Amino acid sequence: MHFSPRSALAIYQREMARAFRTAFQSILSPVLTTSLYFVVFGSVIGARMEPVGGVPYGAFIIPGLLMLTLLGETTSNASFGIYMPRFTGTIYELLSAPVGVAETLAGFVGAAATKGLILAAIILGTARLFVDYEIAHPLLAAVYIMLVAASFALFGFILGIWADSFEKLGIIPMLILTPLTFLGGTFYSVRDLPAPWDAIALANPIAFLVSGLRYSFYGVADVPIAVSLWLTLGFLGVCTIIIAVIFRTGWRLRE
Amino acid sequence: MSEPILSIRGLTKTYANGPRALDNVDLDIRAGEIFALLGPNGAGKTTLIGAVCGLVRPTGGTITAFGHDLARDWRAARARIGLVPQELATDMFETVWRAVSYSQGLFGKPRNPARIEEILRSLSLWDKKDAQIRALSGGMKRRVLIAKALAHEPELLFLDEPTAGVDVELRKDMWEQIAALKQRGVTIILTTHYIEEAEEMADRVGIIQRGRIRMVDEKRAMMERLGTTEAVIELAAPLAAVPEALAGFGAVLSEGGTRLTYRGGNGQGRGRAEVAQLAQALTRAGIGFTSLDIHDSSLEDIFVGLLGQEQEAA
Repeated sequence: MHFSPRSALAIYQREMARAFRTAFQSILSPVLTTSLYFVVFGSVIGARMEPVGGVPYGAFIIPGLLMLTLLGETTSNASFGIYMPRFTGTIYELLSAPVGVAETLAGFVGAAATKGLILAAIILGTARLFVDYEIAHPLLAAVYIMLVAASFALFGFILGIWADSFEKLGIIPMLILTPLTFLGGTFYSVRDLPAPWDAIALANPIAFLVSGLRYSFYGVADVPIAVSLWLTLGFLGVCTIIIAVIFRTGWRLRE
Repeated sequence: MSEPILSIRGLTKTYANGPRALDNVDLDIRAGEIFALLGPNGAGKTTLIGAVCGLVRPTGGTITAFGHDLARDWRAARARIGLVPQELATDMFETVWRAVSYSQGLFGKPRNPARIEEILRSLSLWDKKDAQIRALSGGMKRRVLIAKALAHEPELLFLDEPTAGVDVELRKDMWEQIAALKQRGVTIILTTHYIEEAEEMADRVGIIQRGRIRMVDEKRAMMERLGTTEAVIELAAPLAAVPEALAGFGAVLSEGGTRLTYRGGNGQGRGRAEVAQLAQALTRAGIGFTSLDIHDSSLEDIFVGLLGQEQEAA
């Protein structure tokens, strides 16, 4: 299979430049949101809470909050990245270039994963100002964050191709991702839920993502880390296949 | 004749919601020429360009560019093709320099700032290189699109309505730019519905209507074949009939015998010569006239005439 690294790099650099151009929105807003969560849940309410699984409550919620912001930002960022060119017509250049699905994804998704890592670093830095914590498996955490960022960048990419209005673009993150993340154990351990809700909560795939990240932080998890990893990889694979099919058929890209 | 740089055979495009935008189009483009694709709005010009550039999926037919079948070797072919779209579609917040530099990389070319500088200077964009595109005028924005399309040094360049919405002065300027590209050996296909533009620039002209190519020819040959000269002579006194001495010219009388109208020639001067002879014959026959008005048909007249025939036939 042919791959042009220069084309992929051009897309990657452009996406990164776009992020820095809107740095105010893409960096400050997660900092502010995270700070608010920590002030309310970490410091004020957290001080009155029991530790969860041996982890102080303020620290316990860090992976969940990180996941909440990461999923939302990565999805909307990637979906805008491809929706806007479709909307304004600038996608003509990508379609007329000697560039295939591999370069496109490497550029867009690579940039989204990088942005995810930067975002995670910012959130963790902000969290540090409010609570003390230590990361048990930093390498695993970094790999896992990148994996999740890449998966949801792909997901956002599909969303941005599927959407034919700004309303549709916003509806999935708002109506599906955010509720599922909240219900996926951002602020609690799903194992503390009374039966049958603990079982029902595990029907929510995002519970596995939160649990996986929490394991990499504190070594405690609701489900085995291997399950979380495989689920994430599976999601990544499914999204990649969907995008490959979209490019092959030209659905919503080529008339 | 050498191998065509672009060869289209049986190209058909039917959109999902019904209309047949392209109907069995055959077209060959020669290396180094400027080819103007003329047609009314909705004739299929943009669809044809889109099919070659990868924006439109053809329903049927084959496209071969530089000997590469576009359905299979699209990478190799697209690397040598540039497109300037009709809409002013660019990332408005990007600077001119970044936008052009991105295009260079996207098409797989190594970074070459010297080349970008050369392109920007040739399009009078150098002063604006650090400006955001949204701050530029419409004409300047179109130049940015041209600069982007040239960044990978294409050998075949598509210009879709390059002067749409551009004022007269800028239009002339654009024509000069296009002529300069041809000088550098770039093959150019432009679509337009300003016939004047095709008349000014093109080596060959193709007329497309309702998705079908109606006619393709050298501009000069087309004008020679279809062009005519019309002369309107206002007579000093009315005539009852065309005198014997003028019979050979095929002129007709109207307006109660006070107007003599000649139509003929070939758009290449024969008509004008015949009109001169006609005037001399009038003088010899002692017929006075008060005015003589000559008009050579332009490509526009030919075009309108051709489309009119089609309309009547339909």
